[in-house]
Amino acid sequence: MPRLTKDEKPAVRFTLNGRAVSPEAPPRMLLSDLLRHEIGATGTHVGCEHGVCGACTVQVDGAPVRACLMLAQQAQGCDIRTVEALAEGPELSPLQAAFREHFALQCGFCTAGILMTLDALFASQPEADEATIREALSGHLCRCTGYAPIVQAALAARNRIKGGPIDA
Amino acid sequence: MKDTATEPLLGRSVERIEDAALVSGRGQFIDDLPVATGTLAVAFVRAPHGHADIKSVDVTAATRAPGVAAVITGQDVTRYIRSMTVGVKANVECWPIAVDRVRYVGEPVAMVVATDRYLAEDAADLVEVDYSPLTAVVDPVRALADDAPVLHQSLGSNLINERRFRYGDPETAFDAAPHRIGIDVTYPRSACTPIETYGVIARYEPGEDAYDITANFQGPFSIHAVVARSLQVPGNRLRLRTPPDSGGSFGIKQGVFPYMILSGVAARIAGAPVKWIEDRLEHLSASVSATNRQTRIEAAVEADGRITALDWDQIEDCGAHLRAPEPATLYRMHGNMTGAYDIANVAIRNRVVLTNKTPTGLNRGFGGPQIYFALERLMDTIARQLGLDRLDVIRRNLVPADAFPYRTATGALLDSGDYAAAMARAVDEGGLAELYARRDTARAEGRRYGIGFACVVEPSVSNMGYITTVLSSEERAKAGPKNGAQATATVAIDPLGSVTVKVASVPQGQGHRTVLAQVVADKFGLPLDAVRVLADVDTMRDAWSIASGNYASRFAPAVAGATEIAATRLRDKLAKVAASQLNIGASDVTFDAGRIGAAQNPDNSLSFARVAATAHWSPGTLPDDVGQTLRETVFWTPPELEAPTADDGINSSLCHGFIFDFCGIEIDPDTAEPRIDRYVTMHDCGRILHPAMVDGQVRGGFAQAVGAAFLEEYAYGEDGSFRSGTLADYLLPTVMEVPEPVILHHETPSPFTPLGAKGVGEGNCMSTPVCIANAVADALAPEGDAPNIVLPVTAAKLAPLIHGEEPEPKEPVPETKAEATSGGRKLTGEGRALVQASREDVWKMLLDPATLDAIIPGSHGVQKVDETRFKADVTLGVGPVRGRYKADIELSDLDPPNAVTLSGQAVGALGTGGGHGRVTLTDTGDGTEITYRYEAEIGGKVASVGGRLLDGAAKVVIGEFFRALARHCGGGAGNGPIARLRGLLNRIAKGGRT
Ligand code: FES
Ligand code: FES
Repeated sequence: MPRLTKDEKPAVRFTLNGRAVSPEAPPRMLLSDLLRHEIGATGTHVGCEHGVCGACTVQVDGAPVRACLMLAQQAQGCDIRTVEALAEGPELSPLQAAFREHFALQCGFCTAGILMTLDALFASQPEADEATIREALSGHLCRCTGYAPIVQAALAARNRIKGGPIDA
Repeated sequence: MKDTATEPLLGRSVERIEDAALVSGRGQFIDDLPVATGTLAVAFVRAPHGHADIKSVDVTAATRAPGVAAVITGQDVTRYIRSMTVGVKANVECWPIAVDRVRYVGEPVAMVVATDRYLAEDAADLVEVDYSPLTAVVDPVRALADDAPVLHQSLGSNLINERRFRYGDPETAFDAAPHRIGIDVTYPRSACTPIETYGVIARYEPGEDAYDITANFQGPFSIHAVVARSLQVPGNRLRLRTPPDSGGSFGIKQGVFPYMILSGVAARIAGAPVKWIEDRLEHLSASVSATNRQTRIEAAVEADGRITALDWDQIEDCGAHLRAPEPATLYRMHGNMTGAYDIANVAIRNRVVLTNKTPTGLNRGFGGPQIYFALERLMDTIARQLGLDRLDVIRRNLVPADAFPYRTATGALLDSGDYAAAMARAVDEGGLAELYARRDTARAEGRRYGIGFACVVEPSVSNMGYITTVLSSEERAKAGPKNGAQATATVAIDPLGSVTVKVASVPQGQGHRTVLAQVVADKFGLPLDAVRVLADVDTMRDAWSIASGNYASRFAPAVAGATEIAATRLRDKLAKVAASQLNIGASDVTFDAGRIGAAQNPDNSLSFARVAATAHWSPGTLPDDVGQTLRETVFWTPPELEAPTADDGINSSLCHGFIFDFCGIEIDPDTAEPRIDRYVTMHDCGRILHPAMVDGQVRGGFAQAVGAAFLEEYAYGEDGSFRSGTLADYLLPTVMEVPEPVILHHETPSPFTPLGAKGVGEGNCMSTPVCIANAVADALAPEGDAPNIVLPVTAAKLAPLIHGEEPEPKEPVPETKAEATSGGRKLTGEGRALVQASREDVWKMLLDPATLDAIIPGSHGVQKVDETRFKADVTLGVGPVRGRYKADIELSDLDPPNAVTLSGQAVGALGTGGGHGRVTLTDTGDGTEITYRYEAEIGGKVASVGGRLLDGAAKVVIGEFFRALARHCGGGAGNGPIARLRGLLNRIAKGGRT
């Protein structure tokens, strides 16, 4: 990564949800701020800005990453996916639909991050068992649901993605 | 007349209409809303001290910083506003920003308005505030002592309000009873902190002297009056709006209102719209928390466990300022201080105390956790002391099923219930017998396993007059009666005949829009998606009252009820319109499947839309007595919510749900970690409108209560330093800590609400913490005296109880260690360095400002004040936090060239530090050995967020100092692991924005 001085504001070129983008960002700008305030992709939320809550989780080259702990400039050349990319057209993805069916969200503020973590998990481990799912979810704070419906939704989504029975 | 022939939507767990947008990243939270071009960002300068006088605020450097439009001090703010209204009669001011004194860590001291948040925060660091620290007091009992430091001089003491109440004849009951059983209870501070923090967007129109403020405020809208008064404008010059979505609140977002005032003033001074989004440290240190409370509760008890009188003595800690609506936490439960029990005689002494902590405000459960923790720990204690079965003691005291509606001693009218039946079902269906068996097995194997119970009456729909119980009846008579709880709902029909519902319930994620669509769709025989609902508020456009908003679990009983009434009125009118068009009687009209028709003749019908739109297109054809059918707005206030009586009786809430919980908890024999084995919660919340949402509320409240019971605490040092400023310090439960509770329901509809529903959102925050505490007590001591349980029950607290106090280590570690002390974070340590210079040379260097400047890590200059005093300006970093400090250093006990004591105080935007160290120089032949020991204390932001790193960081900085000295003398420079760690810390510090 090239060295930048604090007054430079070079463009960061990366792919966001399949589209090439090249917004400008000063070196200290966080990826979360770039996505939300420069690009206007406000589906990714910010709850703590110190890496604990997980609300800001996006996928960078397929892996879940805290957008609040990554500098915008570090996105150079990356493939970034956010919650806005989950649905294909007007239809919700199986994961999103399972969240709706299982009442796995209330305020929905934590949801984008959780969906991105689970989406990455099922992409790499379609057979993930409940313990693995819980382990992945343990990096996220949800203050509304008490988590049980999130676990239910995740199990149901996994089954649906695998083509198995819908209910866990 | 039947609403609909098809199966009603209400009572079914239909999918939420909110969710498609929320799972797709299309929510409209405050920080997502578009703002006007040119909107500026606000950042706050906040107090690093728990208690200090502000000597001066120098904004010169900040004002000159790039992008800065305005730097505003507390003094500046006072020119535009007046002090906020305080809810008790007391000679005290309550400003939203510190004016000449700071009284809690995180209190706003100045605002910076700049073109973006990064620049605003940069400039905030440049505001120089000169403080003169004062002794702080954080414990409410200590705050009452004669020699305690007084926060507000005008009050003369920290006691801002005291009232005594007497209902029935408690003295006689206590005299007559064979037992007087009491306990002291400490309830700590915690907060249901939401994942989304506060946010405000404000603009000011000077031509009309009008503020337009959008905030993720949750109500109650009585606060609108507080804000307008403080801004010195009539209510119609304060347009308050809420965003369509809010990322949870649980009461907390009521507390955003001081920032509405400040943002309004910032917009006015800056001459541009402004926006402020709170960060997590600001939120944890300075939004609002629940109150902590010290309680003494005593009961007059018969031999069989029957309670004849209660005596409460409560000391409520509302933090540094009594902000509206406090002391409501203390009075919200006033009508039901007897819980689920039939107790005729009650004495209450309530004291409200101010301490150097964040001001308190709404928080899920609001007053319930504090009183039920005392009451239900008392029930457990009574059973223990009298050798009775715990459940028998509860059963013997329950309000009997045939007594409803039941008037409690303190004035509540319990609307409905069958407590004994609900409890019996829970015992049976929740499997208590099996849990007893599990406990027996565990105990037989020598494991620590306990079972706890809690029985709770959950109030909902607050009487807006309950807070006036804090006034004497003479004061109330003078002020005029306050009562009621206006709920509003509007159902409107557009020219195409489709239906819109508008309410002022300001949902924070609870799915209000879905439930109201169910209510109205059923009423009109329409499918769910035919009804659109708006629930955010614009005070200039919508129907609202002081009671509007999202609090006191009022949605299902009050808002859904008002919507039901509005829809019914409109439906009855539409029935008349349809009857005239269909040539049938109004009582024969049915609404079903999108059509309005004759009950007897399905062919004789019209589309709903056609009938509904008649008032738009041909109002002249409407039957005479119909008026219009365009819009129906209902204001509903239940008559049961009366003002307090002359003898202080108060029906503080309209509805009273019932909860009975029990749980089994095992304490790990090695780690002392408590674990919930099984948790059963029985709820009677009246009629259930949406089962999945009700269970969602129960699970959500339960999870927060698990946090309060095991993890969460707002931690303060004795000096007022705040120690839980990140989510790594203030621990919220994750999926790993929250078990799934067994949820049971028993439905006795409320006779007082239009739909028979009661509130359900807060109950487990009241019942679960004490249920867990009772189980832990049972695990620790199955028989005999009850152990004193103070939440959160952590392994660290339980370990000494099961293992005894930890013995001193055999080989004490001589390294530095961080420990909690009377002050902030205490650090002690020692070390040595070898330098290639004579003692005399080293001595000179230590006393030379130029050398000190060169070797102090992060120094920006050292000045000599006199022979033994220096001033230094240094930047220090701990973990992600880096800040500039001004230090005063003094030398004493000089023994040249052998030894010297250095003492110093450092103050900066990030906090304070102080300490002293003894440096000794020894001749080694070819150089000098420097040995040092130090003791330091750190407070403020650094202590709040970097606590875990402080110890190591101090070591690094001090080590660096001596290594630099060694380098300066030409000695061996350090490049060991410590230097590498320092480099790493530096890099982390530079990566962060703070
Ligand atoms: S905002 Fe990134 S983890 Fe909380
Ligand atoms: S749904 Fe509100 S924080 Fe998870």
